[in-house]
Amino acid sequence: MSILINKDTKVIVQGITGRDGAFHTSKMKDYGTNIVGGISPGKGGSDVGGIPVFNTVGEAVKATNAEASVIFVPAPFAADAILEASFAGVGLVICITEGIPVQDMIKVTPILKQNGTKLIGANCPGLITPGECLIGILPSMIFTPGNIGFISRSGTLTYEVVNMLTEAGLGQTTCVGIGGDPVSGLYYRDLLEMFENDPATEAVVLIGEIGGDAEEQAAQYIKVHMKKPVVAFIAGQSAPAGKRMGHAGAIISSGSGTAEEKIKAFTAAGVPVAKEPGEIPGLVKQKLGL
Amino acid sequence: MKIHEYQARNLFKKYGIPVPDGVVCHSIEDVREKIPNDDKLRVIKAQVHVGGRGKAGGVKLARTREEAIEKAGQILGMDIKGLTVEKVLVAEAVDIEKEFYVGLINDRNSKSVTLMASAEGGVDIEEVAKTSPEKIIKLSIDPTLGLMDWQARKIALQLMNDPAQIRQAASILSKLYKLYIETDASLAEINPLVLTPDKRVLAIDGKMNFDDNALFRQSEVLAMREVTPDEQKEIDASEKGLSYIKLNGNIGCMVNGAGLAMATMDMIKLYGGEPANFLDIGGSSNPQKVIDAMNILLSDTSVKAVMINIFGGITRCDDVARGLVAALKSIHTDMPIVVRLSGTNSREGLEIIKEFGLPTVSTMSEAAKKAIQLSKRKV
Repeated sequence: MSILINKDTKVIVQGITGRDGAFHTSKMKDYGTNIVGGISPGKGGSDVGGIPVFNTVGEAVKATNAEASVIFVPAPFAADAILEASFAGVGLVICITEGIPVQDMIKVTPILKQNGTKLIGANCPGLITPGECLIGILPSMIFTPGNIGFISRSGTLTYEVVNMLTEAGLGQTTCVGIGGDPVSGLYYRDLLEMFENDPATEAVVLIGEIGGDAEEQAAQYIKVHMKKPVVAFIAGQSAPAGKRMGHAGAIISSGSGTAEEKIKAFTAAGVPVAKEPGEIPGLVKQKLGL
Repeated sequence: MKIHEYQARNLFKKYGIPVPDGVVCHSIEDVREKIPNDDKLRVIKAQVHVGGRGKAGGVKLARTREEAIEKAGQILGMDIKGLTVEKVLVAEAVDIEKEFYVGLINDRNSKSVTLMASAEGGVDIEEVAKTSPEKIIKLSIDPTLGLMDWQARKIALQLMNDPAQIRQAASILSKLYKLYIETDASLAEINPLVLTPDKRVLAIDGKMNFDDNALFRQSEVLAMREVTPDEQKEIDASEKGLSYIKLNGNIGCMVNGAGLAMATMDMIKLYGGEPANFLDIGGSSNPQKVIDAMNILLSDTSVKAVMINIFGGITRCDDVARGLVAALKSIHTDMPIVVRLSGTNSREGLEIIKEFGLPTVSTMSEAAKKAIQLSKRKV
C-alpha cells in the first residue's frame, strides 16, 4: 500500500515536448511509471518516445482515463496548465515548475477546491511510491520500498535524508515533496492524514522549513489525530530574522514561523525533532522499537 | 523587490489614494529649486531601503523653506544602517487627529491576499499585534471576487464614525487592493493612514514590496528597482542561475538545493561556526556555475574557509567533481576548501577530488567540523 499513487496510476505529462519534460518523462517511464500520454498544444497526434501527444488535457483524459498529471510548463503559463488539468477532471496534479507568481497560485487555490483537485507543489520535486510509480524529478536510485512515509518542503534535503533512511534499512511507502512556494497545494496536514490511514505506513518523517505555519498545523494535527509515530527536522534554524517583509509579515505570523516555534510545537505534540539530519534514522528506529 | 516611500506614493496617486503634496530631492540645490518660499510645515524623510530611519535621525520637521534646505542637507549623505541617503522626500506635514494602520499581504496560511486594518496605527503596530491582537481586523479576500465594496465598507466602519470619512476610507481600501493586484505586490502598507482635523483621510507613509516571480510581466514596477550593493550581488548571482544571500559569518557555503543549503548553515552553527552566506547552485554540474559561485565566495573578504556540500541525485557526483576540479583549476586561491559529496556515484566523485588534492569527507557533520577548524587556522 501507499498514498496517492501506485503502479496502476495513469499519468500524463503537460509540457512533454520541452527539454525538461522530455528528459524526465523518459526517466519516469524507465522507472516503470504508467505514462499514458503527453500534452503539447499544436503537436497533438505526434508521439514522444512512443507516448501519444495530445493538444489539450481534456483530449488526453478522454483517450487515456489519466488520473494524474505532471506539469513541466514554464512559469508564466504554469498556473493556466494547473487550471486546465483541474477542469479536465484530473484528480491529482503535480506541478514541478519553479517561479510561478504568487497571485497566480492564490487565484488557482479556490478553483482546485471547487473541482476537488489535489495539487502537489508548485516548485516541488514530485512524489514516489518506491518500486511502483515515480512522478516528477526525484532521483529514483536512492528510494527503496518499505514502511516509512516521507513529507518534505525541500528538494535536495529530501534526497539527503531519504538516502540516509535507505542506507539504514528504512524503506519508504510514499515520499512526497510538497514544494517550497509561499502558496502551494497539499500541506503536511493533508498528507499526514493520508499516511495515518495507510495500513502500510508505520512511521512518518517530516522535513520542515522556517516560514509560514504549516509545521505548527501539522504538529496540532499529530497531537490530536495521529497514532503513528512522526519524526521531524526543521531547516533554517540559523537563518537570520532580517529577511522580513515590513510590519504586515510580522503581524500575520505573530508567534509562528520561526524554527524555535516549530520545534516547540512538535515537541509539545510528542514528535522528536532531529538536531541535524544525520540523527533522523536513529530517531525513527527508536520510535519503531528497532 | 522593494521600492522607496516616494515611489509607493507615486503609485498611490496614480490609483487615486490621496497623499499630502511632496517632492523627491537629490541635493540641497534640488530642494532650493523645488520648495516655494513659504512658511508651510514640512517633513523631510530619508529615502533608503531599511526600516527604523526615524530613530536613526532620517526624518525631520522644517517650519520654513530655509529650515527645509538645512534639514535636507543634514539628512542627505547620512549613513543609515550602512546605506547612504541619496534622496529625501520633502512633503507637506499635516495635522493629525487620528492614526490608522492598513496593510495587504500574501498570506501563505490562508492561501489568499489578506487585508489587515487597525485603529491603533503608527510605528508600534507590531506591538499592538502582539499584545492585543483583537485590535487588528483581518480579512481574507476571495481572489475571484476581489475586495467587495461591502467588505471595504465594513472595515472602514470599524475604523471611522462619520459617513463621509467611512466613504473615503472604504474607497482607499478598494483602490489599494486594485493597486496590489495589478502590480503583483507581495506587501502594501499605509502606516499611518490619518484623519486630519479638517476631516480628510490621507496616506502619510507607504510601503510596497513586489513578487520577484511576477516581474516578467511588471515592466513599470521593474523600472523602479534600485538596489543596494548586497542586493546587487544577489541579483548578479541569480542571473547566473545561483541563489545567494550574504550573511555575517566567515565560512563560505556552496550547496545544491535551498533546503540542503539551509541545513548546511544550521550544521555549521550547531558546531560553533558562523556561515558567511546562503548559496544554492541548483542542480547542475556545469563547471561555469561552480566558477561563478566560487568567485562570489572569494569576493567576500570575511570568508576564511569554504564548505562545498553536494548531494548527487540525477546530477551524478562524478560529474559534479569534474566540474569542481575544472573550476578550481581556473581559479588560483589559497582558500581552505572542504568538499563533501554524497549520493549517486559519490565514491567516484570523492576519488576525483582526492586526486586533485583537496580534503574530502562523506558526511555533512564532518564537513562542517572540518570547515570550522580550517577557518580558525592562522595564515
